[in-house]
Amino acid sequence: MTPKSLILSPFAEFTLSAVEGLRVTIPLVAALLISCGRERSDGKEVTLRFWAFGREGEVLQELMPEFERQNPGIRVRVQQIPWTAAHEKLLTAYVGDATPDLAQVGNTWIPEFAALGALEPLDRWLARSSVIDSAAYFTGIWNTNRIGDTLFGIPWYVDTRVIFYRMDLLARAGYREMPATWAEWRKCMEAVKRRAGPDHYAIFLPTNEWAQPYVLGMQAGSSLLDAQGRHGVFSDAPFRRGFDFYLDLYRSGLAPALGNIDIANIYQEFARGRFAMYITGPWNLGEFSRRLPPELQNAWSTAPLPGPTGDSSGVSLAGGSSLAMFRASKHKETVWRLVEYLSTTQQQARFYQLTGDLPSRIETWHVTGLADESRARAFWLQLHRVRPVPKVPEVELIATRVLESAELVIRGGKPVDVALRELDRDVNTILEKRRWMLDRAASAVSLRDTAR
Amino acid sequence: MKAPTSAEQGGAAWLFLTPALALIGLFFFLPVAASFLLSFTDFDIYAIADLANVRLVGLRNYTRLLESPIFWVALKNTFYFVLVGGPLTMAVSLGAALLVNAKLVRFKSLFRTLYFAPFITTLVAVAIVWRYLYHRQYGLVNYALGTVGIHPIDWLGDPHWAMPAIILLAVWKNFGYNMLIFIAGLQAIPEELYEAAYLDGAGPWRRFRHVTLPMLGPTLLFVSLITMIGFFQLFAEPYVMTQGGPLRSTTSLVLLMYEEGFRWWRMGYAAAVTFVLFVVILIFMLLQRRLRQGEAT
Repeated sequence: MTPKSLILSPFAEFTLSAVEGLRVTIPLVAALLISCGRERSDGKEVTLRFWAFGREGEVLQELMPEFERQNPGIRVRVQQIPWTAAHEKLLTAYVGDATPDLAQVGNTWIPEFAALGALEPLDRWLARSSVIDSAAYFTGIWNTNRIGDTLFGIPWYVDTRVIFYRMDLLARAGYREMPATWAEWRKCMEAVKRRAGPDHYAIFLPTNEWAQPYVLGMQAGSSLLDAQGRHGVFSDAPFRRGFDFYLDLYRSGLAPALGNIDIANIYQEFARGRFAMYITGPWNLGEFSRRLPPELQNAWSTAPLPGPTGDSSGVSLAGGSSLAMFRASKHKETVWRLVEYLSTTQQQARFYQLTGDLPSRIETWHVTGLADESRARAFWLQLHRVRPVPKVPEVELIATRVLESAELVIRGGKPVDVALRELDRDVNTILEKRRWMLDRAASAVSLRDTAR
Repeated sequence: MKAPTSAEQGGAAWLFLTPALALIGLFFFLPVAASFLLSFTDFDIYAIADLANVRLVGLRNYTRLLESPIFWVALKNTFYFVLVGGPLTMAVSLGAALLVNAKLVRFKSLFRTLYFAPFITTLVAVAIVWRYLYHRQYGLVNYALGTVGIHPIDWLGDPHWAMPAIILLAVWKNFGYNMLIFIAGLQAIPEELYEAAYLDGAGPWRRFRHVTLPMLGPTLLFVSLITMIGFFQLFAEPYVMTQGGPLRSTTSLVLLMYEEGFRWWRMGYAAAVTFVLFVVILIFMLLQRRLRQGEAT
């Protein structure tokens, strides 16, 4: 120690301890004040802040009175946030130290918020729960909430992609139902296209949706990223195969090279027979019944996605929203009670009736009769074969890059292998930070081990 | 009474300036300096979790930016928009100002209000209407073109047409404001000059060329600078109309910055984009000034 610091040290200690003292007293006083306000034994109530998005947020209000009745002294303030602002709002809340107690979190966002350390690990709560049990859920969906060995969310409602198709147009082409293998599917699309008029197509795959190329790549056996999510494997053979299948639908004129915004009204165009197949999600079950003209109501159906070699290879995305507790919450016990309440079969059934969102608990499918409903059945089957996208925070950014390479090939005429090589290079640049962090964490562990 | 000394005056001046300077310093210079520093780091989503995850990366954000094809596309699009849209807006607004200011025109204030209306209308509402106008199958624009035998154009879906469509919208949206400034400039030109030119036998074109234009010089310079600076910051139009597509043909530098910063939270990289944009605008303005000076001498 230098003399200078010796002289300075008492002073430094003094100021430090004064600051320390303040740092201890202020929260203490604050905590005392707050705890006076929050003490439940003297009749004051706990208010939980619960964020939900879009339609779900609207409907959720209706489920709360029952919970508040069952739990006197607890109030739930549901804040409804539009989907388009949801992600930004959650992030800024985290930065501003203003996260809610509980929120609906899209399950592709979980890796990101888990990496931020914003979410409460749920394993210890789960271990004590009599209501929630992983066995009661679709395995593929449940696993999207698990990062490494830690659980960060409880599936609330589920989402995946299946094919909606016009039975009459397929029948005219000689098909009584959707084929299950790629080869048959392709033949079926060609047959439909042959009988369709000019500017009519077999399938509509919006060029601005990443789900389709991701799914076809995963069906062909690609993991998209390597084991720890360090590098992209898009130029490897499996993804290449799926990507080729995808691109070829445009190249051979089976699908129009159009995005979602280029089609004014998808339901109208589907009704006109401009395309016979459309890969989309559960929200369209309700929309199709509402918006298609009555004479077509018996002419459309749904089917699980075909796969390269048939049923079990026909995987689709594991999507949906989970209930996630925030680490900063001061009322975790109560929050968990609310999670349990929303996870009961009864409440899930009500929620399904209010929103049409597909329930995450298998039992709810039987209670509501969904599992036997002919058009929901495709989702029921599909949900048993779902795969998560890679669990890295960068996954959506990478998805936009995949779409861009597809667009470059479809509209820009770039050779596929060049596009995929460039895609991998781009993805690897994006993942550079992640690799650095993984290496740093690994070297910290090995340092600790050698110190022992 | 004793007159205040210059020191006292200086003190008073500082006193009055301090609030404004403090506000500018706090809300302008400090953020600008902070984002300049940010552009030399890899501040991102991981850094929000823990500041230990920030690395100083020197010029890497800038080199990556220069290597990125998307950046060059965005730069090209921005220049396309500025160089085509800027002069077009100027021409349209000058034309409108001349028309509204013409002696023969009646209901001047009505026209002035009508032409100014787009400028104060919310862009999002405007964009929804224009999306319908531009629609490939059912849009009014293609219908009008169809009546003169032109095949329907996929305005917002075709990479070649998306930017012209955005430019058209931006010109329509913005010319009203410039028009007002031009009207003010036109009204400041003394009537005698026109009369003198008329007596000398100058026709309408020569009166415009040799009286109106030179007298409007300072106004033209002001309007062109303001328009160019505004147009370099193209954001809202593509953001609501095309989200930068198709094939990134309407991605501007500011849209790129927004995406990198607030969609992907790559703040360091986004900050680098802003400073490149700053340098681009600066060079452009210097060039323009040089050109004007060259003209003057």
